[in-house]
Amino acid sequence: MTMQTDTAHLSSPLPAAETGVGPSLATPRDYFELLKPRVMSLVVFTALVGMVVAPGGINPVIGAVALLFIAIGAGASGALNMWYEADVDALMARTAKRPIPDGRVPRGEVLGFAMFLAALSVISLGLLVNVLSAALLAFTIFFYAVIYSMWLKRWTPQNIVIGGAAGAFPPMIGWAAATGTIGLEPVLMFLIIFIWTPPHFWALAMLRKDDYARAGIPMLPVVSGDRETRRQILLYSLLLAPVGASPWLLGYTSIVYGAISVVTGLMFVARAVQLFAAPEGKATELAAKKLFGYSVLYLFLLFVVLLIDGGFGLSFGQLTW
Amino acid sequence: MSNVNEKPEENGIVLTEAQKRARRSRSIAIAVLLGVLVVLFYIVTLIKGPGVLNRPL
Repeated sequence: MTMQTDTAHLSSPLPAAETGVGPSLATPRDYFELLKPRVMSLVVFTALVGMVVAPGGINPVIGAVALLFIAIGAGASGALNMWYEADVDALMARTAKRPIPDGRVPRGEVLGFAMFLAALSVISLGLLVNVLSAALLAFTIFFYAVIYSMWLKRWTPQNIVIGGAAGAFPPMIGWAAATGTIGLEPVLMFLIIFIWTPPHFWALAMLRKDDYARAGIPMLPVVSGDRETRRQILLYSLLLAPVGASPWLLGYTSIVYGAISVVTGLMFVARAVQLFAAPEGKATELAAKKLFGYSVLYLFLLFVVLLIDGGFGLSFGQLTW
Repeated sequence: MSNVNEKPEENGIVLTEAQKRARRSRSIAIAVLLGVLVVLFYIVTLIKGPGVLNRPL
């Protein structure tokens, strides 16, 4: 009942934007914001690593074109997510200023815009690069928009565990763009992001618990409480440390990556232990904040080292022009 | 009939200046992006040469 009242209150000042009736005041910047540029930059970066690490190399222009359409596909997923989540976004402080709840772009236009970009990115990647990477991109868009946004997110506290796969696919797409195949290395990169996602998002969800509860989204801290969330974060961190080091353990990278991944993985576990042992209240909040910040740095560092170690050190000289 | 001819400006939606500016900026963005897309396809075709028709998995 409360949620309905809140929704009506928040959407009422923007009837034209909600219904799509009347001339639009939307600018290109508003449409760009729909693409979730920050998420897009992470997707481009991890896809680049997958592409550069792949054996044989790829023509730099074709590689750049592949990255562009992977980015557009990621943007389409983000816009589809914003289209579907507009009602929930309006209820959360973090998302209330997005273009649809803020009344800058009509919801129906966002759907059209997102579907057009999804089709453009998949078809172009298929025509200009290869069919496997295009198929993987199409599946990723479908997985994020339909499986995660429409199905899992409002249904189960395991939403981001399964949904995390969508964010883990880009290095695999990058690899497929370069080679036309899938090997064990991109699967390991997929696993690193997949296992990293739950502790990363649950730390954030602990900090935004009230927001998620108000919006009725069953995030783990809302449904099972902080104690269980901290336990799950610790368990995933214990799994993440060896998975993070697996490219070295299986002989795909040098000792440099091995040393960095082991040390940073242990530091991740240490942060998770700190969070697990922290007393309730401010100390927990601070520990969750620290873990969230560190998780971003951890993933970025692993992929930078992969890029330098596997990419620039070995494959870059073999690029075909 | 004569009324329509005398006051054509009152028919349909009349955009405000802000709406016209927003529409113009959107139109320019679409034109630029279409141009970029054309150039991109052209360049990739040149790079791939005859191989542009060969699309392995």
